[in-house]
Amino acid sequence: MKHTKTLNTKTLKETACKGGCGECQTSCQSACKTSCTVANQECENENNK
Amino acid sequence: MIHKYKLNGYNIALDINSGCVHVLDDISYDILDYIDGNMEKECPCDIIEKLSEKYNKEEIVSCYNELYELYEEDMLFADDDFLKNAAEKLKEYSPIKAMCLHIAHDCNLRCEYCFASTGDYAAGHRSLMSYEVGKKAIDFLIEKSGNRRNLEVDFFGGEPLMNFEVVKKLVEYGRQREKECNKNFRFTITTNGVLLSDDKIKYINENMHNVVLSLDGRKEVNDKMRKRVDGTGSYDSIIEKYKNFVSQRGVKDYYVRGTFTRNNLDFSKDLMHMVDLGFKQTSIEPVVADEKENYAIREEDLPVIFSEYENLAKEIIEKRKNGQFFNFFHFMIDLSQGPCVIKRLKGCGSGNEYVAITPEGDIYPCHQFVGMEEYKMGSVMDGSFDNEIKEKFAAANILNKPKCKDCFAKFYCSGGCNANNILYGGGIDDPYDISCQLEKKRIECAIMIKAALSE
Ligand code: SF4
Ligand code: SF4
Repeated sequence: MKHTKTLNTKTLKETACKGGCGECQTSCQSACKTSCTVANQECENENNK
Repeated sequence: MIHKYKLNGYNIALDINSGCVHVLDDISYDILDYIDGNMEKECPCDIIEKLSEKYNKEEIVSCYNELYELYEEDMLFADDDFLKNAAEKLKEYSPIKAMCLHIAHDCNLRCEYCFASTGDYAAGHRSLMSYEVGKKAIDFLIEKSGNRRNLEVDFFGGEPLMNFEVVKKLVEYGRQREKECNKNFRFTITTNGVLLSDDKIKYINENMHNVVLSLDGRKEVNDKMRKRVDGTGSYDSIIEKYKNFVSQRGVKDYYVRGTFTRNNLDFSKDLMHMVDLGFKQTSIEPVVADEKENYAIREEDLPVIFSEYENLAKEIIEKRKNGQFFNFFHFMIDLSQGPCVIKRLKGCGSGNEYVAITPEGDIYPCHQFVGMEEYKMGSVMDGSFDNEIKEKFAAANILNKPKCKDCFAKFYCSGGCNANNILYGGGIDDPYDISCQLEKKRIECAIMIKAALSE
């Protein structure tokens, strides 16, 4: 494409079915303890990879 | 639903429901102003008309066609039908899988902004958790964790190193129990560094999955808020210890983490100070405080803070392009394989998947709630546990927070800090506006960094 560059593929939708295993880290636990961002978390579920 | 913005010379469109990030030229960026979510194959005449003063017809049509291709691929204006599925999953019971152990309600520093009222959580007395209480807490976590295998225990305070012998014994206890119960404990610790010794550094590096080392940045900034009991600053007594610690940490996780306040709105300098000291994993958070405090962040400070985040983003880009590396916690974003939607909707999990335990064994939704009597959920000592409070917190997901529904940040943010929302916003489901604005800015910066580094 000439005018648009897409940085990633669509993944969100698929994880709605396969996701939710709950094995990933709790988001407030790691580096903040007063605020929270989830987008930087790793997924621990092999099915999602 | 899309969110488009310009930052640092990039035109960015985030397609919220697919999670796709598009970097656009000026024409496509402008065209998006005239598309509402239902695209036709042919470029509509009115778009051509409206933009004809700026661009020629062929260009407009060629851009439109590219956008249409993305639309056809569900990468632009994607629908959110999957949320129905997700909503069902969110109703399922979540086991408790993470715990904040308040191993010491005592502290050897007297930081001015401490939400724990300088260590004792406004309880008026200082106390240490006994091994017995700690064991019961770990047993409670195992019992409530159902089929979850990865369990997290964060040693928190006050200052956990003031009760380090109990920390060690509890790690040992956890290691023994995890084998019996087929669990995997991840221990983490948050410390102000004052009591770090070579022995403790070695122990922590061997046993702790993640470590948070508190430091606010430049000496004068750190020492203004992070004071010792005698009123002098803490910087000089910790900095060499942190360097020593990090030099031995290897590839394991750690964060040097600070708080910024109204006193240092130029906090990007503090973060870069950490980087200059050799710390590669960094984080700095806006202070959470009552607006009456003179150091609390105010609405009027936001423009300055935004430009500081932009500065930080530019620093990261420049360093990475030169082959150097440091991470800023809030700019870390995984566009290709982040957490699943369920996790994104659930957020921090306080009071639902995550609880905090006091030295006395009382259970609270998270460390920020400790001491707020109406939120006490029970006690690990007598096994009491209020499932009604758990349900209330479980329901506090993005789908039930009206402001979040239409917010572009909803799949990245997690719906704000529940404690913050309750204390300073309009209730658990009503996020605190200043935090939202900061979060949205951080996400815009994080995505822009990806765009810049993809060149
Ligand atoms: S930024 Fe605010 S409104 Fe947006 S998702 Fe986060 S908490 Fe909700
Ligand atoms: S309520 Fe706030 S402080 Fe508590 S776990 Fe959630 S994000 Fe963290």
